[in-house]
Amino acid sequence: MSGAGSLIVEGLSVAYGDALALDHVSLSVRAGEVTTLIGTNGAGKTTLIRAIAGLLPIRHGQIVYDGQEITGRPSHRICDLGLGQVAEGRQVFPSLSVRENLLMGAVIPRARSLANATYAAMLELFPRLRERLTQAAGTLSGGEQQMLAIARCLMGQPRLILFDEPSLGLSPAMASEVFRIIRRLKDQGMTIILVEQNVAASLALADQAYVLETGRITLSGTGQTLLRDPRVREAYLGL
Amino acid sequence: MLTQDLFEGVTPRGKMLFTAGLGALLLLPEVADSYLISILTLIFWFAYVGQAWNVMMGFAGQLSLGHALYVGLGGYGAAALYMHLGLGPWVGMLVVVPVCALVGMAIGWLGFRFGVRGVHFALLTIACAEFTRVAFDHITALGGSGGLFLPVVGGRGDDLLMLRGSPQLYYYVMLVLALLALALCRIVTRTRLGYFWLALRENPDAAAALGIPLLRVKLLAVGLSAGMTAVGGVFYAFYYNNLFPDQVFAMGRSIEILLGPIVGGIGTVFGPVLGAMILTPLGEGASLLLEALGITLPGTKQVIYGLMLVLIICFRPAGIWPWLAVKAGLVVPPGETDLREKGEAE
Repeated sequence: MSGAGSLIVEGLSVAYGDALALDHVSLSVRAGEVTTLIGTNGAGKTTLIRAIAGLLPIRHGQIVYDGQEITGRPSHRICDLGLGQVAEGRQVFPSLSVRENLLMGAVIPRARSLANATYAAMLELFPRLRERLTQAAGTLSGGEQQMLAIARCLMGQPRLILFDEPSLGLSPAMASEVFRIIRRLKDQGMTIILVEQNVAASLALADQAYVLETGRITLSGTGQTLLRDPRVREAYLGL
Repeated sequence: MLTQDLFEGVTPRGKMLFTAGLGALLLLPEVADSYLISILTLIFWFAYVGQAWNVMMGFAGQLSLGHALYVGLGGYGAAALYMHLGLGPWVGMLVVVPVCALVGMAIGWLGFRFGVRGVHFALLTIACAEFTRVAFDHITALGGSGGLFLPVVGGRGDDLLMLRGSPQLYYYVMLVLALLALALCRIVTRTRLGYFWLALRENPDAAAALGIPLLRVKLLAVGLSAGMTAVGGVFYAFYYNNLFPDQVFAMGRSIEILLGPIVGGIGTVFGPVLGAMILTPLGEGASLLLEALGITLPGTKQVIYGLMLVLIICFRPAGIWPWLAVKAGLVVPPGETDLREKGEAE
């Protein structure tokens, strides 16, 4: 898990039919940092994540990862470059076992040769999964499924991870466990883009943060700056 | 060892039953009358094409309601090559299988490229089968709507190469084809590609996020499924010796193809076989019974199939095989193996 993995998004626009979901969004993510996106529902956070991952057609703008332009590349090519994704809503393969889900994470060529070692490391990092290896992933609790989704993503040897609402719908204990894991990944040098409805926790973790409102970036700064910003405090922290 | 691999997760009892059943089927033509042989040939045919359809829907989750297209193209293609160029069915397959695979992939590509998914994609497959049917009605070189008839060459004994001969010959050929399809599916579900299909079926978004090249993986499923079905079409042409666009390309045929896997167990490898073993005798038996009673009711078979489908959907939505296999102790129940077996066991 080396530190490379910077990302620059420049003037990105994405539309669903005629509806513009992202309007000239620009942001830059430095390698090894946590960059948080906050915004209300429908602001375009998930759209931005999916566009970066190559899952949505892009209307304008460009995305540069590690100095390489990746705009418009198919998602599996983007994965190959080390850009991983933990999608919203714990997207495990429900009828596959935990073990199969994990192995499925090491699909890309670069990850395949390292699969065994990473698999062992994941069982260290997520002891709960070890107890459930042969169980169908759909039968796990919400928190366990999220752990599995994160572990599966790590099996792909990413250098940058896009997290979309990783604590959504989890118990407070599980949510703080997720944040603990994200912090740990950050400490290991992983670049992280984090979309979270838990604004306070995610800003506390963030090096850089952006506020997204109806498809535009309206505010940006360090996590600490935004935590103190009266507009953020009023709109997103209810203070 | 290959056989060990093929029977992985099957209990000794399951293996014994399979071997005994296969042995009986191999010896049966010695004693059976031609009617029974024709029914069993039909069962093998539906087991085979059901298997082919299952590759696309059961393994990769892409619904096709137009598989008659590949039966028809395969049948007409091989028949045309035989009648006009004198090429036998096996050589013909070398042509029609890739052609059908490509046709399938082209339809798949159109659908996937323009985001036609799920039910709408299924409608696209119907449309393609239907307009091909209409087109063949008007291709006079292939008989048009009046049908295409293959010359029946008699008195030369069984000719495996040209697929001309006795009911026994067709029986054994179709049995072998069905077994090959069964083995192929068993193998392919254990490959990386098989797992990619599973991921695609279970959660396409997650599969894409992991770097699985979805388009390629989908096209391979459609291509394999269509190519396999084409072989079924070639057999059909040489077995019945006549082809009518209204019959081979019919929507009803597409439906008949997919009933077996649904009844037997969609996404399982043995399901299509079991489904064919249940449905075909049921349909034929009902017709026979009514005939014996002196009643002529067209469409009996369809009604029986319809009822069967309703019962399955109500009581065993995953199909009969997953339930039966565990209940009768034919496979190791899921959870008690290293779940590689799950594809078959559940």
